Amino acid sequence: MDECHAMNATRVSYTLESSLASVNKAEQAAAEISAKSGFDEDESGRIAMAVREATVNAVLHGNRYDPSKRVTVSFESTPETLTISVRDEGPGLDPATLPDPLAPENLLKQSGRGIFLIRAFMDEIRFRAMSPGTEITMIKFVRGADRDGNKEANQ
Amino acid sequence: MTMKASSRQVDGVTIVDLSGRITLGEGSVVLRDTVKDLSTQGHKKILLNLGDVTYIDSSGIGELVSAYTSVRNAGGELKLLNLTKKVHDLLQITKLYTVFDIQDDEASAIGAFNR
Repeated sequence: MDECHAMNATRVSYTLESSLASVNKAEQAAAEISAKSGFDEDESGRIAMAVREATVNAVLHGNRYDPSKRVTVSFESTPETLTISVRDEGPGLDPATLPDPLAPENLLKQSGRGIFLIRAFMDEIRFRAMSPGTEITMIKFVRGADRDGNKEANQ
Repeated sequence: MTMKASSRQVDGVTIVDLSGRITLGEGSVVLRDTVKDLSTQGHKKILLNLGDVTYIDSSGIGELVSAYTSVRNAGGELKLLNLTKKVHDLLQITKLYTVFDIQDDEASAIGAFNR
């Protein structure tokens, strides 16, 4: 684990093996950091689930449990936002090709809900193609902060 | 952290009491194996009691869907009982609330099978 404190920001980064234990570790770290960042229990739970789903994707679909590949999970916390990135070393992912899990023909499929849940639980998400791999960045705004990162003015 | 499953019979309905986390790995496997074993043994009316399930991830949701379709394909019925708010919210977000028959009272759930 690497940790550093800059002006108003705390950054923590974990380099993890491609295993289920890493998924649990990332989820636990997300729950703890979310709570410290000022999110309530429900919100912390949703953030932790989003991180769990992103890490599952990285371990399973990205790195495919390859012991030579790592998953990097990074957290950056400021008074306004919590930004979390999960990066794998896999073949890459095109988010445009993901089927809609709410479509009637997909409703009874066993898989395909992970990224949908991440979108539901986080305020912003984006994908970045790396070489190799994919990085998903998820942002959650601390309540009371707007999307430009400014605290709401007291009226 | 682990998931436990135990089953009992009430008025011809097999109630599976689940507790813990239904997540990728052990939790999902326990659920899959339990439902598979019951189906193999000929149980057609299966009620999954999720009252003590503290957490479900997308893999666990997938496993519930899979249990539902496999029981239905074998000519049976699978219903859900006692959802916690978290699990209820997840099934609502994923639109599965409309797929599953969800009950919040054991006696009524048993009645719903035998209607």
